[in-house]
Amino acid sequence: MTPIVIVKNLSKTYSSKLIALDDISLEISEGEILALLGPNGAGKTTLISTICGIVNPSSGKIFVDGFDAIKDYRDARRLIGLVPQELVLDSFETVLNTLRFSRGLFGKPRNDNYLKEVLKKLSLWDKRDSPIMTLSGGMKRRVLIAKALSHEPRVLFLDEPTAGVDVELRKDMWALVNSLRASGVTVILTTHYIEEAEAIADRVGVMNQGKMLLLSDKKTLLKKMGKKELKIELHDPITAIPESLSAYKLILSEQRTALLYSYDTSANRTGITKLLTDISKAGLILKDVSTRQSSLEDIFTTLLEEKK
Amino acid sequence: MNFSGIRAIYIYEMTRFFRTFFQSFISPIVSTSLYFVVFGTAIGSKIGTIDDVSYGAFIVPGLIMLNIMTQSTSFASFGIYLPKFVGTIFEILSAPINSFEIILGYVGAAVTKSLMIGVVVLITAHLFVDLTILHPFFMIVFLVLTCVSFSLFGFIIGVWAKNFDQVQMIPLLVLTPLVFLGGSFYSISMLPPIWQSISMFNPIFYLISGFRWSFFGTADVGIGLSLMAIAIFTCCCIGMITWIFKTGYRIKS
Ligand SMILES: Nc1ncnc2c1ncn2[C@@H]1O[C@H](COP(=O)(O)OP(=O)(O)O)[C@@H](O)[C@H]1O
Ligand SMILES: [Mg+2]
Repeated sequence: MTPIVIVKNLSKTYSSKLIALDDISLEISEGEILALLGPNGAGKTTLISTICGIVNPSSGKIFVDGFDAIKDYRDARRLIGLVPQELVLDSFETVLNTLRFSRGLFGKPRNDNYLKEVLKKLSLWDKRDSPIMTLSGGMKRRVLIAKALSHEPRVLFLDEPTAGVDVELRKDMWALVNSLRASGVTVILTTHYIEEAEAIADRVGVMNQGKMLLLSDKKTLLKKMGKKELKIELHDPITAIPESLSAYKLILSEQRTALLYSYDTSANRTGITKLLTDISKAGLILKDVSTRQSSLEDIFTTLLEEKK
Repeated sequence: MNFSGIRAIYIYEMTRFFRTFFQSFISPIVSTSLYFVVFGTAIGSKIGTIDDVSYGAFIVPGLIMLNIMTQSTSFASFGIYLPKFVGTIFEILSAPINSFEIILGYVGAAVTKSLMIGVVVLITAHLFVDLTILHPFFMIVFLVLTCVSFSLFGFIIGVWAKNFDQVQMIPLLVLTPLVFLGGSFYSISMLPPIWQSISMFNPIFYLISGFRWSFFGTADVGIGLSLMAIAIFTCCCIGMITWIFKTGYRIKS
């Protein structure tokens, strides 16, 4: 299947000479959820803005469903909805009117039935005649999403949809993103919360200083980069790791009551069986064992260090 | 053409206008009435007639021009400055709509609004003085062209402005003086020769002169010159706007 969005060697240098995007290439398949992960200033918003036509690229190409985003901008932009990072809305406008405006702007004939559907999905139908200034922050964010959906786009860009949002609302947002995907919309979202990418994305692109450090399937990413840690709790504290276990490069915990063993999950043999045998041979009595998979947070930290 | 996009912008702008319906119309009505009380009645009675036109009637074209020029400029400049300031412009920039269509929406709305103001001022004036319009066709041509060109001008100001002060500054500090010095309330033949020559450099002088001609058939300069002045001004604004959208000046990074 041909990707719905293709970004080829995209670069952006702002007039301040700042290189915000440095040779980014990216393909997004229809129906997937892609998370762009990176610290503030990484270039996530610039990348999205360039695809959506708000920022002029310095070089490179963008295609949306085969349409060149510059040459065939009308065809390309019709397919895209954008929810910006900030809550930018006309406070005096009512919810339903602002949706009608967005739909009209994108060249679609009026269809209040469809807008009703969108508003219901976003739990805003009761608020349709309220001026936007009377809504809460979370509702305003949903109004922006509704506006972005008002012209029935196939690709939706969500720029930091959960920045500064409490845990409860963040989970609601994740559920919403999933239901959007279920309705066939491709979702690209930016975030600097690793749990967020981990929780909802199919694929994750890690960005820093205008570069795409890594772009891969979330599971492969975790597998590839994922180290597992085995924590072996001992019945009695020990003063030092026995000589016979030196080959395992174990780490003794601070309370001296646990041994930590790192291993690669993708390796053929993890060495766990032998380690456990050797531990009991050394006369140590086990209290408990647990494992911990490294999170994207760890991966991200590793990646940033590697690139330095 | 994205007609529904143009319509969306136009309706949005008109809705914004009617939200403040009362302020929108009451201020030109009050100010026009004041002009008539002060200039038309109090001072006008001492001046008598200019080119056989009573002073009260003489100032009507200038008053309409003063209103539509400042209103067109401020309607269009605020129209585009607000979304830039609030940030909602992202939606317009990301929509399948080109710069020509965006301008049609914004400038079209600004023109409609200022034409309405122009008509309100004309009706108010009519309550104070008897008016006959000798060349109604040219009157409408001048009215519409002035609204269009100054709305385009306002659009440029709105794009250029970096803060609210700058949006308000141009109409207040540039436009109003030029309108006043452009013979809105006097014939330049009443000025000393040196000031007459200086007035020739004021583009607005030609517009007011032409507009007054359409009312009374008399003017400071020929109607051809006036038409040419407004054509040149309109072309300059169109040129500027084309450049703005080509380069993305202060709208797109
Ligand atoms: N309009 C602009 N002009 C100049 N520099 C900009 C502009 N917008 C963003 N930048 C800079 O580009 C870099 C990337 O910003 P951005 O894309 O907003 O990052 P992110 O969304 O990942 O936080 C930052 O250093 C930012 O300061
Ligand atoms: Mg950002």
